[in-house]
Amino acid sequence: MNVAKRTFDAVIVGAGGAGLRAALQLSEAGLKTAVLTKVFPTRSHTVAAQGGVAASLGNSTEDNWHWHMYDTVKGSDWLGDQDAIEFMCKKANEVVVELEHYGMPFDRTDNGKIYQRPFGGHSMNYGQAPVMRSCAAADRTGHAMLHALYQRNVRANTQFFVEWMALDLIRNADGDVLGVTAMEMETGEVSIFHAKATVFATGGAGRIYYSSTNAFINTGDGVGMAARAGIPLEDMEFWQFHPTGVAGAGVLITEGVRGEGGILRNASGERFMERYAPNLKDLASRDVVSRAMTTEINEGRGAGPDKDHVLLDITHLSPDTIMKRLPGIREIAIQFAGVDPIKAPIPVVPTCHYQMGGIPTNYKGQVVVPKDGSPNTPVQGFYAAGECACASVHGANRLGTNSLLDLLVFGKSAGETVVEDFRSGQLTLKPLPENAADVSLARLARLESQTNGESVFDVGMEMRRTMQKHAGVFRFDQLLKEGVQKIGEVAERAKRTEIKDKSKVWNVARMEALELDNLIEVARATMVSAEARKESRGAHVRDDAPDTPENPNGRDDANWLKHTLWYSEGNRLDYKPVNLKPLSDDVEPIALAKRTY
Amino acid sequence: MTKRTVHFKIYRYDPDKDEKPYMQDISVELEASDKKLLDAIVRLRAKDDSLSFRRSCREGVCGSDAMNINGKNGLACLTDIDSLQQPITLRPLPGLPVIRDLIVDMTQFFKQYHSIKPYLVNNDPAPERERLQTPEDREELNGLYECILCACCSTSCPSFWWNPDKFVGPAGLLAAYRFLADTRDQDTNARLDNLEDPYRLFRCHSIMNCVDVCPKGLNPTRAIGKIKDMMVRRAV
Repeated sequence: MNVAKRTFDAVIVGAGGAGLRAALQLSEAGLKTAVLTKVFPTRSHTVAAQGGVAASLGNSTEDNWHWHMYDTVKGSDWLGDQDAIEFMCKKANEVVVELEHYGMPFDRTDNGKIYQRPFGGHSMNYGQAPVMRSCAAADRTGHAMLHALYQRNVRANTQFFVEWMALDLIRNADGDVLGVTAMEMETGEVSIFHAKATVFATGGAGRIYYSSTNAFINTGDGVGMAARAGIPLEDMEFWQFHPTGVAGAGVLITEGVRGEGGILRNASGERFMERYAPNLKDLASRDVVSRAMTTEINEGRGAGPDKDHVLLDITHLSPDTIMKRLPGIREIAIQFAGVDPIKAPIPVVPTCHYQMGGIPTNYKGQVVVPKDGSPNTPVQGFYAAGECACASVHGANRLGTNSLLDLLVFGKSAGETVVEDFRSGQLTLKPLPENAADVSLARLARLESQTNGESVFDVGMEMRRTMQKHAGVFRFDQLLKEGVQKIGEVAERAKRTEIKDKSKVWNVARMEALELDNLIEVARATMVSAEARKESRGAHVRDDAPDTPENPNGRDDANWLKHTLWYSEGNRLDYKPVNLKPLSDDVEPIALAKRTY
Repeated sequence: MTKRTVHFKIYRYDPDKDEKPYMQDISVELEASDKKLLDAIVRLRAKDDSLSFRRSCREGVCGSDAMNINGKNGLACLTDIDSLQQPITLRPLPGLPVIRDLIVDMTQFFKQYHSIKPYLVNNDPAPERERLQTPEDREELNGLYECILCACCSTSCPSFWWNPDKFVGPAGLLAAYRFLADTRDQDTNARLDNLEDPYRLFRCHSIMNCVDVCPKGLNPTRAIGKIKDMMVRRAV
């Protein structure tokens, strides 16, 4: 196959919030930048975020970034790196105000400022009471944000390659990153994008689970590409199950519903969160609420004929509030649950939502790996931001509204670092290896010639069911051990997928087969990392690591206060320390404590 | 709903192998949990992996899966299968070149969107904090900013069919009014100049197909009327 070469200062893969924010930095600095995206930018999954973006603007209640930092460290169950968390919380006001200047249509307070609502796990004065920190545009914050960022990129003349799917990362013998190979969907042609800097902003891989709030496109492409190219993946055992996915459909219902006063009830109508989180109740952290809901269902107190869900009740809110603050949720409930939430509660279940782990980075957006005696040595030419990256600000559990903040702060930060490295002359165009496209061409050739293989749909379904059963909200040693075995078998089957469609033009079958290769890396990383971590922390809760005085909530800091690193080659695990030291000398570390809400 | 079989007539065209487009008759058995048209065509794909269409969020916010469903444009993910008469006829969005099957080339559509300068223009030095806007002024943007660029409206508009290169179309004009209506924007005159043309704005004849098909319940015709009002007010 003929492989065209294109040369840029920088190539960004992904045009969701993080990719667009990074692109803006590069375009405005005048770097020759290519943004590759497999969907038109405004179709990226950032569009589906609903409830808001965190910033301690203090527009309605007193607030400051120290409180936000405390909440985020606590929410992460102390697995988050405190330098990156300080950086993010401190930068929040700046990036949110910037977005407002770009034209984002935030809702407004009576005095004209950005409207803010309460959200899970966000508190004032170190856990005392809910705080109004989530900056919102009704319940369409992600949509408003993604469009505003795209629009600003139109103004900045950013060069997009729309409906181009990145295939593989290109590295040289020293491990430096030189760009990616990518396929144009319309023609099936493969090109090499050769660049001084490569930024991954490819989003998460929530589609490894059967029940997911994630879009079809969330197949962990960047994470899979990085893993295949020898980059370890960090903390992949930590997946967020959002408490309120529509039962049966998986579609997201924002936590903002509870921020506006919504209440979770079991079959008998009891507000059960009062028993699990006496202080913040329905606005406890997501992992806590999802476990409480699962316990209610497992113990027979679920609602519905099969007692398999709980109810999200907003019937006590005024229809005006619902129409004004939660109009999108009302549409979703009517469309996907068949209920009008003004009149009846919405059936909900915990649903896979967010990947806390990912490609290891520092707060500057540089991808870092263990090398030359340091666990965090930057990979030359490689940057990542957003859900595909692990900075790590979310640790073992992300707080709602911190994901939109993450992609703004670290998208910008990655962009700034690329510009700095470019201007300092540190980034150079290194020669491409002879075989730069061979891996991708071999993958495509295999798909072209495979016979007697299995369908992508069947193998993918087996993966999703295996993940759902063996690595869910609660985790059990035996199930995890079996899960490791099973996902290994599924990975072998994925090497023999067969597609019937051989067309060069917009071949969805080929795209899905290539996506499955990425998903499988993520699924393996998740299962192996989860099986190995013999404690309960944040979203990773094992029945054999219960709450004891020595290990509060089952958390074993003596042995497990460390980041997991999983290597695809050899299915190998390594670990590195958590950074408990904030960025600034005058900021006190948040000391380890038992997590209660 | 229980298991049931659903019959389709689907527009198929793969330029790599088909000399010309044809309509394919195909049926699929659905699971009880399949409620939306998208569920059904995803299941069809498991049977025939060559059927090509765009899809992503499956909840009506990304705008990928717009298509012509029994003669009317809509999103597959928001359309109840059981509300549709069978055989369900699926065609690509009308008026744009077909790339393959249900996938159209949206270049012209986005070109028009880009032509209205879809970004806020404010030349004052950026303040430290947010620019203030009253809740009432912010409400003016409701019904405008929610557009998902699915193109259901523009590709149902006869004026856009005849002049896709000259008439901005309902989606682009809705976006134009979104910025005209924003109290933070300072480019009103230039925006109106940009539309003062026999085609760009004035080819809208209030046929209102756009309103009829918008899956988000938006009203481009009303927005277009408001732009026309602004033109008139500016002239007097």
